[in-house]
Amino acid sequence: MDLQWLPQDISTYGPQIDSAIKLIFYTVGISLVLAEGTLIAFALMYRRKPGRRAYFNRGETGRELAWVLVPALIVLALDLGIDVAGARSWDIVKEAAPKPDLTVRVTAMRYGWNFTYPGPDGVFGTADDIQQAFALQVPAGKVVRLILTSQDVIHSFYVPELRLKQDVVPGREITAWFEATRPGNYEIVCSQLCGPLHFAMKGALGVQTQEAFRDWMDHQVAANAPHGAKPANKIESSKPGKEG
Amino acid sequence: MAQVAVAHAAEHELGFWRKYVFATDHKVIAKQYLWAALLMALIGGLMAAMFRWQLAWPDASVPGWGPMGPQDYMVMVTMHGTIMVFFVAMPILLGAFGNLVIPLMIGAGDMAFPRLNMASFWVFLVGCVVLLASLVVPGGASPAGWTGYPPLSDKVEFTGSFWGINLWILGLALEFVGFLLGGINFLTTVVTLRTRGMTMWRLPLIVWQEIAAVAIFLLSVGPLVAGAIMLLLDRVAGTAFFLPHRGGDPLLWQHLFWFFGHPEVYVIALPGFGIMQEILPVFARKPTFGYRTIIWCTVVACFLSLIVWAHHMYVSGIDPRLATPFSIATIAISIPFAIMIFAMIATLWRGSISFETPMLFSLGGLVTFLLGGVTGIFLGSDTADIYLHDSYFVVAHFHYTLFPVVFFAGFAGIYYWYPKMFGKLMSETLGRVHFVLTFIFFNAAFIPLFMVGLAGGPRRIYSPMAYDLLKPLQPLHVVATVATIGLVLGQLPFIVNFVMSMLWGEKAAANPWHANTLEWTVDSPPPHGNFAHPPVVTRGPYDYSMPGAKDDWYPQTAPFSGQPQET
Repeated sequence: MDLQWLPQDISTYGPQIDSAIKLIFYTVGISLVLAEGTLIAFALMYRRKPGRRAYFNRGETGRELAWVLVPALIVLALDLGIDVAGARSWDIVKEAAPKPDLTVRVTAMRYGWNFTYPGPDGVFGTADDIQQAFALQVPAGKVVRLILTSQDVIHSFYVPELRLKQDVVPGREITAWFEATRPGNYEIVCSQLCGPLHFAMKGALGVQTQEAFRDWMDHQVAANAPHGAKPANKIESSKPGKEG
Repeated sequence: MAQVAVAHAAEHELGFWRKYVFATDHKVIAKQYLWAALLMALIGGLMAAMFRWQLAWPDASVPGWGPMGPQDYMVMVTMHGTIMVFFVAMPILLGAFGNLVIPLMIGAGDMAFPRLNMASFWVFLVGCVVLLASLVVPGGASPAGWTGYPPLSDKVEFTGSFWGINLWILGLALEFVGFLLGGINFLTTVVTLRTRGMTMWRLPLIVWQEIAAVAIFLLSVGPLVAGAIMLLLDRVAGTAFFLPHRGGDPLLWQHLFWFFGHPEVYVIALPGFGIMQEILPVFARKPTFGYRTIIWCTVVACFLSLIVWAHHMYVSGIDPRLATPFSIATIAISIPFAIMIFAMIATLWRGSISFETPMLFSLGGLVTFLLGGVTGIFLGSDTADIYLHDSYFVVAHFHYTLFPVVFFAGFAGIYYWYPKMFGKLMSETLGRVHFVLTFIFFNAAFIPLFMVGLAGGPRRIYSPMAYDLLKPLQPLHVVATVATIGLVLGQLPFIVNFVMSMLWGEKAAANPWHANTLEWTVDSPPPHGNFAHPPVVTRGPYDYSMPGAKDDWYPQTAPFSGQPQET
């Protein structure tokens, strides 16, 4: 159970989640070794030997109980420390999302993922929306906000390398966010049982450099534009990277 | 009390059917629960071996089954979980041991409501049959997971299983009815039928743990029954309690399910702890450490168990501000359990420990439960859970909490009380072989799954090659599967021992372990009505190695004056 088992980490908050896991790993790891060690040592040291009688002790006085209550209080203190340390990361991942550079609507259905970009006008539900099946393309170094919905059952949007997991519930719009740090191709995993073919509900995440993403987006806008329109004029406003 | 004894004396003349089948004797009902649970455990274990085969060798057909498709795989996973939690853990720990020890340990002739007790078993058994019947109806059994989350479990089009899921709900409902009847009986019996001198503070710990378990079961099962009825109505009457497009809410089910589902962990864990707490002092020849402290911890854990359910729902879409309060409550509940475990370890301190099979299984349970307990800290932390939720880490964690209390403690209890149940001694050699095989193969099966989970491997995935991420983890699945098969085969010495000892075992004396509690003061097996005369209790259950006493044990009924700090 070594922590090198964790996959590579490509999101800005990933290190915080990893450090929470590591903090717990080492804290409980040491506690576990101490508890198991004591248990095994007692079992061996006090194994039955001829002529020796067990020590009569009920463990009911305060002095005796201190031997179990003090370790328990130490466990409580460590646990609370873990929780306080983790609460900040939880806050960042799930509550205090930064202002997004790009918003994508994610629609989950049995057994696939659809991604909708708002298009040049920056508004969802208009003719210039860009639809993508299977693969979510995002720029590295930008805050991406996801609006997750499901058409049928509960799914879960999970990218191990992002350390992001969020259930997708029909009838709700649930938001999530991430900022990827490293360009590359990753897998989107459905991690909530959604039917017999749940295992096949796979998506792809393409994290591109900002330039590559801009080119990709221009291409999508051009392909999506109705005949006669001049998509080139609108490219500037389609830039998801605009601050402010 | 006297009336019960008289009633049973009369029943002694009854024929085969009333004596062994429609029995009202708590000892017979305990055995009926045990047989049913062991049979279901065999089915559940074989299912695990079959779906683990699929995970290790996805291209090979499963022996005794053939090629396993994704629907079959999910049915196996679903039925394995449902069977093990509701039709193995509960009947062994509550149905078998609760029924066996409660009347004997409190000095009663039987349960307060013997006929209700009989009804409890038969309703449970019908539940087993209904659940197993769901495997053979058209459309197949439920593939919706043991947690049965709607809308997947709700609309037939999602699973193709109409009767399968209906019967799954019905089987569970019957199981709940069975244990509700049993639970009422346990509580009433302990409150009203304790013999003279058996105060609440002299009750053996397992009796406390059994009544604590049924108390939280009674408190928590109501919302799940409501949820199950809503789910059934959605399925058969066209309502939409859990269907969002007509105003329902899928998350409502998760709240109702886990409001019960988390206390259920303690419904199982507490009696398992009770068995270990009964066995440790006997084989360490020492009073249990902190008897009253353990009882208070049990009570506190019961209340806390009712307010931790949403830690199963951190990433479900609930208001994220709920996470921290539930995370803190989850941490709080680890404290009474930490104290109980430390007290069990302290019981060993300066004891005189012998390692007969019941003690080996108790210690093995403690060693493995510790790993289950500490890995719960990962999942109780909302932050770490974002990554680990619904991964194999969760699977490994809950097997490390449930297997120790259900199987290690359950086997400990079987080896310990077998002489009392059947009047025969079990083979110590076969018992030790059984322990070694179980301990090694259990750890070898689930340690690899912690690694798969940390590496990001999601649970409930039919093909272990479905994602590139999972391909390098494949060898771990092979190890886990080989060990699972070993774990199932490792039960053969137990089956042989269990059956052979019954037929040819050495006859057991009344008190083969030199234990203090009341069940050891009567013959093995005890006669109908248990006690010829109601026993009078003079002391607590764990006065081992008392200074000034001739023997290193002192029955609860023994008169003794020169003993220190009698309360």
